[in-house]
Amino acid sequence: MNLKRNGALMSAVAISAMLLTACGSDANVATTDGASDSSATCEGKSPLTGEGSSAQQNAMSNFTSIYSSVCPGKAVEYTTSGSGNGRTQFVAGLVDFAGSDSAIKDDQAAQAAVRCDNNPAWNLPLVFGPVAVAYNLDGVDKVVLNPNVIAQIFTGQITTWNDPAIAALNEGVSLPSTAITPVYRSDSSGTSDNFQRFLSASAPQAWTLSHSSDWAGGVGEGANGSSGVAQAVAATPGSITYVEKGFADQESLGTADIDFGNGAVELNSETAGKAIDDAQFQGQGNDLVIDIDALYASNAADTYPLVLGTYEIVCSNGYDAETSAAIKSFLVSAANEGQQGLEAAGYVPLPETFKERLITAIEAIG
Amino acid sequence: MSDTHSMTGVPPAATVATTDTAHKPEEPQLSDKKTSGTVTRPGDRIFSGLATGSGIFIIALIAAVGVFLLWRAIPALSNNTVNFLTYNGAWDTTNTSAMAFGVLDLFLVTVTVSLFALVLAMPVALGIAIYLTNYAPKRVAGPLGYVIDLLAAVPSIVFGLWGLYVLAPAISPFAEWLNSSLSWFPLFSTGSVSIAGGGTIFTGGIVLAVMILPIIAAVTREVFVQTPKGQVEAALALGATRWEVVRTTVIPFGKSGFVSGSMLGLGRALGETIALYIIIRSTQVTFSGSLFDGGSTFATKIALAAGEFNNPLQAGAYIAAGLVLFILTFVVNAGARAAIAGKKD
Repeated sequence: MNLKRNGALMSAVAISAMLLTACGSDANVATTDGASDSSATCEGKSPLTGEGSSAQQNAMSNFTSIYSSVCPGKAVEYTTSGSGNGRTQFVAGLVDFAGSDSAIKDDQAAQAAVRCDNNPAWNLPLVFGPVAVAYNLDGVDKVVLNPNVIAQIFTGQITTWNDPAIAALNEGVSLPSTAITPVYRSDSSGTSDNFQRFLSASAPQAWTLSHSSDWAGGVGEGANGSSGVAQAVAATPGSITYVEKGFADQESLGTADIDFGNGAVELNSETAGKAIDDAQFQGQGNDLVIDIDALYASNAADTYPLVLGTYEIVCSNGYDAETSAAIKSFLVSAANEGQQGLEAAGYVPLPETFKERLITAIEAIG
Repeated sequence: MSDTHSMTGVPPAATVATTDTAHKPEEPQLSDKKTSGTVTRPGDRIFSGLATGSGIFIIALIAAVGVFLLWRAIPALSNNTVNFLTYNGAWDTTNTSAMAFGVLDLFLVTVTVSLFALVLAMPVALGIAIYLTNYAPKRVAGPLGYVIDLLAAVPSIVFGLWGLYVLAPAISPFAEWLNSSLSWFPLFSTGSVSIAGGGTIFTGGIVLAVMILPIIAAVTREVFVQTPKGQVEAALALGATRWEVVRTTVIPFGKSGFVSGSMLGLGRALGETIALYIIIRSTQVTFSGSLFDGGSTFATKIALAAGEFNNPLQAGAYIAAGLVLFILTFVVNAGARAAIAGKKD
């Protein structure tokens, strides 16, 4: 029986290896034309190690495969284990950088400073994932919602699709009386945390609950992981969820246009990119923590601020020379040629001015 | 598997019985020689040392697991503001100095889904064991027994994906029928998650039943096969039909084996993680006692949160839940052992 189990394991490993190689070669093809204008120095140690956020997983595999094609022989190993784990491993000095859905702060930031030879750790927002409000409603092509209505749906105050509050936003659309099943992330996730922050910033009257990486809405049903909630919505008529756009597209779910206050906004790279360009930073200098509450409360026209900004957490100084060179080289490459293919992977490519600000910070790493 | 050659031996019982009796007297003699021998060679000492060491090692290992769970759970439990055993509200560990967590709902969901699986699996496993030992021709019994063992080797992630993508949509019309026509019965009342979505305890329990089926069937078959041939022949000589032979000799003889096999299956069901993690949707409302509820078992609750543990106290809250599961499976497995031991006396 052991043999059999091992056999199954082996074949699973073989299959995933094949899949990985397949993904790798895809990305390589995409980069050949962009490799010439690479800005990476290709210096420093190899492999560079990172760990953390699963929301960054696909972006990271895009970055790393492009990086090793631009800089032959240089590798970056990114382990997906969750933001919390990533920060813990970074603070413990086990990995060179962490991928995290939220900025490192408080006690953990102090511990990180110790790890960085008494230099502060910096949060560099490199990967942005647009969060879609995705639904499964037969016979309705497009639904417009606003933050207030979304908050009321996810707290169980609006329970059917033909509720007057939804109908008022969708004149001329015939909405069925199907019951609404809100689907949330049952695992602890940065997406839940950010979505709840978005609701408390943009609909403070309707959403009075606190935010954490666990969902607090109180109604509906939970499925685990982004692919889990997308699958759950695809299987459950009348359901609605918040999920990274790429996953909603994979299951061909409808994504709601959101009226943030100045007309309905469709979610696409331009509207989300505009929001990122408008983002303000909380602190000063090169620790680029985004003022996420201000971003989520913003309501400029044709701007979709419901994006999940995720950080690479690095030491501002205190790395050995080899590591420091490798980190700079990799992050610069990720911010430049690494952006190719990001949109197809479900992320928002960095807008130009934002990218320049980010590269300034990367270059300042000691 | 080595027993399969003698398992269906009802017609050629005479020959089988003689070989059995020919073997039995030898064993005590052999063991007598060993124990009364005065010569002790270095190999003996090394071997007995290794064997004893292995025995002590496993006990120490289990004790270490228990101690680890306790050691990590106690600080978290002391920061818990509610009763750990009876609280069934939201699991809140955000503020680690005043956490609120309790295992009542986890316990109820875990036990409900496991017992439901057991109720489904036990009759089928009994049927398989009886068929393999008393009805199946030898040509069929061997390969069939092998296939059932193979079922135990399927990784649980595969069962989980099968349950979510294949079984759940397939049984949702039946589940909806149960809910609409039998909703007066508490188990089939409308629960906290959508039946069409399929992420219910009902779906999870069926998948779990398939997973524990081979364990129960294998243990039961092993015991049934040892039904004394003399009893079987006596029943046949009295003119019993095959069903009567099974009813009067095999089942009374093997009942405790069946029960202990079921307990082992239950132990497996209680701790099953990944299949239920994939299938059952969690909820934010308390468990209502319906099979169409969602919820979390001990194992899935821990697995769902494990990626984002930020500090030892928060992790300790989940470890405390793990401790309860550890004790629960320990009790169930001890029960299974007791049932087997009771049979031997």
